[in-house]
Amino acid sequence: MRKVMRVAIATDRCQGHNRCCLVAPELFEADDEGNAHVHGDGIVPAGLEAKARLAVANCPEQAVRLTSG
Amino acid sequence: MESRPPVEDWAIDFDHFDPQWTENPYLLWNDLRQRCPVATSQRFQDGAYFATRYDDVREIACDAEHFSSRRVIVRERKLPLIFSPPITSDPPEHKPARKLLLPAFAPKEIAKLEDRARAICRSLLDAIGDSPTCDGAGDYARQIPVRVIAHMLGVSEDNGDLFRDWIYRILSEGVSNPAAAMGAMQEQDAFFKEQVELRRKQPGDDLVSFLINAELDGKPLSEPHILGTLRLLMIAGIDSIWSGIGSSIWHLATHPEDRKRLVADPGLLPTAIEEFLRAYSPVTMAREVVKEKTLSGCPFQPGGQVLLSFPAANRDPSKFAEADRVLIDRAENPHVAFGLGRHRCLGSNLARMEMTVAVDEWLKRFPDFHETPGKKTTWSEGTVRGPRSMPLTINR
Repeated sequence: MRKVMRVAIATDRCQGHNRCCLVAPELFEADDEGNAHVHGDGIVPAGLEAKARLAVANCPEQAVRLTSG
Repeated sequence: MESRPPVEDWAIDFDHFDPQWTENPYLLWNDLRQRCPVATSQRFQDGAYFATRYDDVREIACDAEHFSSRRVIVRERKLPLIFSPPITSDPPEHKPARKLLLPAFAPKEIAKLEDRARAICRSLLDAIGDSPTCDGAGDYARQIPVRVIAHMLGVSEDNGDLFRDWIYRILSEGVSNPAAAMGAMQEQDAFFKEQVELRRKQPGDDLVSFLINAELDGKPLSEPHILGTLRLLMIAGIDSIWSGIGSSIWHLATHPEDRKRLVADPGLLPTAIEEFLRAYSPVTMAREVVKEKTLSGCPFQPGGQVLLSFPAANRDPSKFAEADRVLIDRAENPHVAFGLGRHRCLGSNLARMEMTVAVDEWLKRFPDFHETPGKKTTWSEGTVRGPRSMPLTINR
């Protein structure tokens, strides 16, 4: 069985650089102040794992977190 | 700037207005990063520090207890403290002053400006027309942000020369001549005072009206707050962005393989723009030391001015593989061109949009161009780096 991958935003770290929303708009969106949030429960649909990892790698504030299990 | 004494040793006498720094700072930074890594200078009042490593830049940017934002430009002679919230604010005043501005610069609001930005770019390209040569800076890059910010402020887009003059006097001439900077700021305040009066009578869908209606702690903003923020928005929103646009076009003018690749694959443009932001980051900020702290073995003494170089951090090979190579398909690129921590550039979404639109429109109109042989691009000195003039030849 495929492990479930999840993304989350550490809201105390996010400063609204908007990089995650640009590399993975399927997973993240910006709110009215420009800060990032995950869509829904943050579960990464099959096929979007690479984009989730890119979102982590491109965040200058290390605010995007990835868990799997 | 008038001529300056030559730098003998960059480690203890750095000068970010020196022609060598202006021409190509990257080799200097690499050298300093290996042997210092914090350079110092007595050319600036009360001493100045220049951290070259990514980790030190991050530490300084995020530590308001030791490094205050009350001075955000390194100057030979310090000015009286200037109130331009939120960029000059520290905690706890910073957060509410920033929060009230965030909605106006969030991605969805900036997206509404894209059509206007494209129209501005196209009209400038129309003006270049069939000419075989042009100045990619003066005829294009330097014209775009000043018109966009005028549009956002609800003032005439014909004010470009006036705005550019203020910015030059504040950021360049004013570093060694405080009267020039103070004079320009007084003129800005007079200009915006009039705009505020006009908008109180006749509100519009613009940033001046937005600030008049904004509230802090349930009360309208004071007039000094409104004027200080308007000064900030104008200064921050113009030469930083034209430098980003100009550097991107300069790269494509001097790297034909990247230019051809982007023309063939426009989908790569957003990734390329992030790489241009990393490799040619225009903006260097500053802090003032308010409490002694040692970083990388260098004691930072209170009163000292800190050159907070996000451009140098973005060239640190311990953070970015092949840091001095410009890879327009660099997939992992957590660059800090827009700063780090609580002062992340408020206008980052605007800058990114303008850069993307400007390069996109240029390549659609002029897919084949290069730097004119025998002529040289010149670069602005000091706090914001970008092409001041850029002689280009356009192949038809």
